[in-house]
Amino acid sequence: MSELTEVIRRTFSLETWEVILPAIGDTLYMTSLSTLLMAVLGLILGTALFVTRPDGLRPVRVFYALFGAVINALRSLPSMVIIILTLPLAKLIIGRSIGPGAVIIALALTCIPMFARMVEGSFLEVPRGKLEAAKSIGARNWELVLKVALPEALPGLIRNFTIAVIAVISVTALAGFFGGGGLGDVAVRFGYNRFLTHMMVAAVLALIVIVELVQLGGDAWAKHIVRKRHL
Amino acid sequence: MMSEPFISIQGLNKTFWGAKRSVVAPVEVLRDIDLSIPQGDIFGIMGFSGAGKSTLLRCLNRLEEPESGSVRIGEHDVCSLSHEQLLVFRRKIGMIFQQFNLLEARTVVGNVSFPLEVAGQRSAERRARVDEILELVGLTDRRDFYPGQLSGGQKQRVGIARALANEPIVLLSDEATSALDPQIALNVLDLLININQRLGLTIVLVTHQIEVIKYACRNVAVLENGRIVERGSVREVLTNPTSETMKVFMQVNSEMTSGGWKEGAGI
Repeated sequence: MSELTEVIRRTFSLETWEVILPAIGDTLYMTSLSTLLMAVLGLILGTALFVTRPDGLRPVRVFYALFGAVINALRSLPSMVIIILTLPLAKLIIGRSIGPGAVIIALALTCIPMFARMVEGSFLEVPRGKLEAAKSIGARNWELVLKVALPEALPGLIRNFTIAVIAVISVTALAGFFGGGGLGDVAVRFGYNRFLTHMMVAAVLALIVIVELVQLGGDAWAKHIVRKRHL
Repeated sequence: MMSEPFISIQGLNKTFWGAKRSVVAPVEVLRDIDLSIPQGDIFGIMGFSGAGKSTLLRCLNRLEEPESGSVRIGEHDVCSLSHEQLLVFRRKIGMIFQQFNLLEARTVVGNVSFPLEVAGQRSAERRARVDEILELVGLTDRRDFYPGQLSGGQKQRVGIARALANEPIVLLSDEATSALDPQIALNVLDLLININQRLGLTIVLVTHQIEVIKYACRNVAVLENGRIVERGSVREVLTNPTSETMKVFMQVNSEMTSGGWKEGAGI
């Protein structure tokens, strides 16, 4: 009993949060940069998949098949393996293989394929009739994507994006293992290696709050759009 | 007086091949279609579902690529247009749909100005044209509503406004009134007739509802398994149906209007 109260007390103590707060900073830094990378590349690649599908606006079978295979291959690798594989790459690009900056490429790489598939899926949810109607007035392919598929798919796209961001956060925690820093790093170094339960609890709490906020934000954003459109 | 036909379809064929290595036999959706439609007509295409009516209609703006044959609309040889030419040509062919197919992300104004955007008009021009068109379809007071706030009839009016925005030479209607309540369907048909009379716009109208043909069309063609089995003025075809499809339609229509089981229809 007293052990439990002790853990609780230390979990919320100043000295604990002197370690946790900078770790939150690192986690948010890694998450936001990886998310940015994922959003941009995921949208571009997802759009490319949607357009080049066999039943797409401009089918390119070879590209779609090849690309799909690469994406599936990346998705089938555990995030941990991808991180290990890309650390040398990070050293090449950024100049070092430890620290928050180094794992961003790994994080983006694990989540981009997933988000690209999500973008493709969201676009496919747009009723074909809407694209046909736009075709019937002479819309070009880029207009079909940017002015029809993208805005019509937006609420679903945002929900998927939220899921993808949360996936980034969870991989961030894993990246802590490999010198990425952040909350995962704290949980492993203090909580696991040094049996400091309160550190583990505090790091977990912080992660839960971050994920919860992202989810709430994403839901609110999607809901706002749905409300505005009276769907 | 029969002038040069405005829309002329000759020897049109279309087959759906199905997926590669599919066990399903190819379906001949359209077979040897010949059709002439005079300018300013409201022309009906009638048939059971699966007869190929929508496919035929969609061959007119190449949403469906014909396999062989020719389609001429005005001075355009539709089948020989390049992709770029086709996009420009489509601006001149309005189309409305059973499911309206409006953009939910845009207001009424946004939907109607979409084709003008595609055609590259400046926003000042667009605004003037949108006002004019909304006036024509009677939706001025709904201009800033989203489609989600509109009734089915209002949505179809937006669909019509969108189709008319670029001053088309033909309006294609794919079961445009089939999803609407009868009274609303009637209003929409009245609007189409009104547009036909005021603008002299040629309308090609696909439907499986005989009332729609009776009410709105001057001429009609009846499709059966991808072939035209009957054609002529609506009056001729309705008074003296020769095709199986038309006979069934007429019989069902008369049975339904004569009272069903109340008349002791053999139950």
